[in-house]
Amino acid sequence: MRGLDLHSVTIRAADAPLFAPLTLTVPRSTVTTIVGPSGIGKSTLMDFIGGHLARGFTASGSVILDGRDVTRLPAEVRRIGIMFQDAALFPHLSVGDNLAFGLASHVRGRVARRDAIEVALKQAGLAGFAERDPATLSGGQRARVALMRTLLAEPCALLLDEPFSKLDPDLRGDLRRFVFDHIRDRDIPVLMVTHDEADAAAAGGPVIPLGG
Amino acid sequence: MRLPLLAALATGIALPALAESWDDTVAAAKGQTVYWNAWGGDERTNDFIAWASDELEAEYGVTIQQVKLTDTAEAVTRVIAEKAAGQTMGGSVDMIWINGANFLSMKEQGLLHGPFLHDLPNAKYLDLSDGSAAVVDFTIPTEGYESPWRLAKFVLTHDSARVAEPPKSMAALLDWSKANPGRVTHPAVSNFMGATFLKQALSELTPDAGVLQGEATDEAFAEATAPLWAWYDDLRPTLWREGTTFPENESVLQQMLNDGEVDFAMAFDPAAAAAAVERGLLPETVRSYAPEGGSIGNISFVAIPYNAAHKEGAMVVANFLLDPATQARAQDITVLGSYSVLDPAKLDDEAGAAFAALPSSPALPTNEALGRTLNEPHPSWMTRIAEEWARRYTE
Amino acid sequence: MTATEGRTLRLIVLALVAGGLVLPILAGLWETARAAFGVLPAIGATDWSLEPWHRLFALPGFGTSLTLTLWTGFASTALALALAVGFAAAMYDRFGVKGGARLLTPFLATPHAALAIGLAFLIAPSGWIARLISPWATGWALPPDVATVNDPMGLALILGLLVKEVPFFLLVILAALSQLPVRRHLSAGRALGYGRGVVWIKVILPQLYPLIRLPVYVVLSFALSVVDIAIILGPSNPPVLSVAVTRWFLAADTSLILPASAAALLQSAVVIGGIALWRGAERLCAVLGRIWTRRGGRGVSAEPGLMAAGGAVVVLMGLGALALVSLLIWSLAWRWSFPNALPESWSLKAWMRPGSGWDAALENTLIIGIATTTVSVALAIAWLEGEDRARLPRAGWAEALIYLPLLVPQIAFLYGLQVVFLRAGISGGMIAVIWAQALFVFPYVMIALSDPWRALDPRLLRAAAALGAGPVRRLLAVKLPILLRPIMTAAAIGFAVSVAQYLPTLFMGSGRIATLTTEAVTLSSGSDRRVTGVYAVLQAALPFVAYLTALALPAFLHRHRAGLRGGAV
Repeated sequence: MRGLDLHSVTIRAADAPLFAPLTLTVPRSTVTTIVGPSGIGKSTLMDFIGGHLARGFTASGSVILDGRDVTRLPAEVRRIGIMFQDAALFPHLSVGDNLAFGLASHVRGRVARRDAIEVALKQAGLAGFAERDPATLSGGQRARVALMRTLLAEPCALLLDEPFSKLDPDLRGDLRRFVFDHIRDRDIPVLMVTHDEADAAAAGGPVIPLGG
Repeated sequence: MRLPLLAALATGIALPALAESWDDTVAAAKGQTVYWNAWGGDERTNDFIAWASDELEAEYGVTIQQVKLTDTAEAVTRVIAEKAAGQTMGGSVDMIWINGANFLSMKEQGLLHGPFLHDLPNAKYLDLSDGSAAVVDFTIPTEGYESPWRLAKFVLTHDSARVAEPPKSMAALLDWSKANPGRVTHPAVSNFMGATFLKQALSELTPDAGVLQGEATDEAFAEATAPLWAWYDDLRPTLWREGTTFPENESVLQQMLNDGEVDFAMAFDPAAAAAAVERGLLPETVRSYAPEGGSIGNISFVAIPYNAAHKEGAMVVANFLLDPATQARAQDITVLGSYSVLDPAKLDDEAGAAFAALPSSPALPTNEALGRTLNEPHPSWMTRIAEEWARRYTE
Repeated sequence: MTATEGRTLRLIVLALVAGGLVLPILAGLWETARAAFGVLPAIGATDWSLEPWHRLFALPGFGTSLTLTLWTGFASTALALALAVGFAAAMYDRFGVKGGARLLTPFLATPHAALAIGLAFLIAPSGWIARLISPWATGWALPPDVATVNDPMGLALILGLLVKEVPFFLLVILAALSQLPVRRHLSAGRALGYGRGVVWIKVILPQLYPLIRLPVYVVLSFALSVVDIAIILGPSNPPVLSVAVTRWFLAADTSLILPASAAALLQSAVVIGGIALWRGAERLCAVLGRIWTRRGGRGVSAEPGLMAAGGAVVVLMGLGALALVSLLIWSLAWRWSFPNALPESWSLKAWMRPGSGWDAALENTLIIGIATTTVSVALAIAWLEGEDRARLPRAGWAEALIYLPLLVPQIAFLYGLQVVFLRAGISGGMIAVIWAQALFVFPYVMIALSDPWRALDPRLLRAAAALGAGPVRRLLAVKLPILLRPIMTAAAIGFAVSVAQYLPTLFMGSGRIATLTTEAVTLSSGSDRRVTGVYAVLQAALPFVAYLTALALPAFLHRHRAGLRGGAV
């Protein structure tokens, strides 16, 4: 059974549950969207699925990825990619090195890896940006690099944590199209949280409201 | 060549046995690093020790690592701390430049190695007769537990450009200071030099200086020191900063003389001023002199702690320090300017000539100007003077 | 599981810190305490008694020493704090935080001893200031008999402490201010009709103080127990308690070790009591301040006071700078007598003379500094990384543990520690010195590193983990490179602290390990300012070079990375 499954997931902050237990299946090649008011714990839920839950929170329930229970695994072995609203590019690495950091290690050889990165940059419309300092990119460019970095790691599932909320409205449409186009090729389950109805509509998948 | 022969005769049968065991010592010393704990406030002494290390390394394969102390008592404390920790071997202090109270304290507590002086071949150049300055340290018989290395004698130093006719006695110093308030001071009495200044005054002022050679009993102390305290009560208000504070040691005092803050410095080394001129630390117009009634003098020694890690190396160093060539170099005004501890009568012609050829300096007092040497009082006097002074004048 | 690994890692670090840093201090305190109550078998003292205390109280000058300690400690700390806050308030908008911090670096980097030696020459009656204005302005052909250094009131000592402590407070305050919405509160307060200075006192200071409380205690403890500055600038007859204790420990009369130990314990009590007293004064100020604030008075203008404080700080900095320059001049002088403003003859002899030993002292200082800093930085990184992996919050008690060596006076446990080390057979060598110095270097490194470390954007680490990077790769490829600058800064601070250590080097090295600092302090009681100048200049230059490296290396490595420039200080 491939896809991402959540089984009665609850998260508590200081013993108070953030939302009602959540059970959910995210099939491959779709973008499932979770919407809800801010502060309800959408991002915390993403942290839990990705294995990044901050201290101060406790969670119950399980996360099943492609039939494998990953709930107790450390983040780095879950193979769940994540894209944040402000890209989280590593400031000490160039754009190319950021991508190289993500690029799966089975791509071997200097030339092969460099080519893979060049291809990814081209796909992102950023050909020739490999040597650039991430701090010099625009918001949209950063988001695209972040997505390519995530995808180069060949994740088995992808989480989008309000990926467009920091962008100008006119850029937002472009980037949505860019992101969803790239994801659909991948044949992986995608879970997005947002408070923007337009995001959910553009994703074209099921929309699940998260409530208290 | 009569002298060496006489010396050989004097030491008699012991000579062959001694030679053998000394060879053993030299052999065992090879490769050792001797941690010599010596006051480090004088760069010339430090340089001299560094020179000695180079010489010794070439000749015996022994090197000296000088542990520069601000106060000799630091080394004593260290040996005690080691004893506290049960470290009776391989201690960190191999040799100490030592004198008086520190020697007495270590000797009484059994913290010294020895007797070793008579094992040193160069001891033959010393006057080892009873009561000689080379075998008595502040009236305490050294009994071979320490070896002499330099001569010390109390002198006053002044700038002849500022003070043409310096006071020649402690009583005259009081008059001078009354006429020129704030221009005289002495090192803190907790410091060796400061205490020596008071001992010098005591020796001059006390009715019967012979009492000082015995232990300071309560009664003797009260009687002998009464004139000292009367004199000091008069002197103190006229001192620099009205006698409320004192320079830490004679080096600081010398610097104050150079800066013009005071008009007198004092030293326990007749050549100190000349050496300082040589090094640009005092103006060329300074002169040194001893009080006319004579001045306190003694010999500085080196001793070896009982738990020293490198006793053989330390003995080789002690022997090297007694070598006529070493002593002549030490007396060289351009090197150390420290008077020799050897008995001139026991030197051969060559060694004697080496001493005669040493350069001189206007700031260097002649032997006549140094006058008579007064015996150091028993160490108990120094301890009690320091205590009594602290009791009387520390607020 | 990473969490377990993290807990294990932190446990190991904790064990290292406890066994390596805390236990020796406690053991040292224990030995000191035993001696304070009459037990020191080495000198034949085996019976518990109060005799050492009776002897201590009867020692000449004991009362004055104690009073002097309290006076100089409290006066210097309170004044330094007031001046630093005043300066920060006066200059807040006029100085960029980073520019200000960079300006302070030389003062922070200069070891106390070098600064004190320079200052002693600067302000002495025959010192540089007097030489600059004599005889044309003063008529002095000979220096006046005025106590401007080693004065019985300890004013010179307070001045020396101020020169050293004000920059430290300023740096701490600048760091704390960056966490506060100062500008908004200033605008809000002034819109309500309060003067700038009053807003600072009524609004900013109450928010600022809790953030800098611990550093204030560290400074107070330091001021109450400092030895090297007090030897050079403080009163000598009697000296402050800490110097008296050091003298008694090292006195020829070995039985003085017992009352000295008692005094060393008392020194700890003075620090603990001093901090308690300060804490009480804080509360009182808070209560009075609240009453004052509630009255709503807007009339008082604190502006002139702030400007005066700002001016005083500038004067202090000027004195500090002149002190360092005077050392450099002395090291190049041959004869420089009163009242010449500059040397009458110059020479490089002090630098060139063979065997003057500064090369060996420099080498020792470098070896010890680098080893101590490396150990401390590695420990600090291990500690923080363990915390991250175990997902543990900052533990309050662990922080307190780190501060312990800074709060307990060195003299209180160093003698005992020496005995402990001797028993363990590791005395008198480099290892013992490096170990003992690490006691004091590690806390500073930890303090300098922990905030930037914890402030690292966690999303970067999550992104790395989501990309498949395990904990080791996250540490090596993400955390360390991004945190290179704060790590280098922490290392430079650690190195500077190591270079400045006097008592630990003296006691633990059995005096055998000569560093620039031990030599400079020893030589400062000698007659040759030129050689002292060489040592002090080197001593001041070394940490400065370390700071420059800490600034330059990350700047060079990250020269094409705008996101990392001008990050943490």
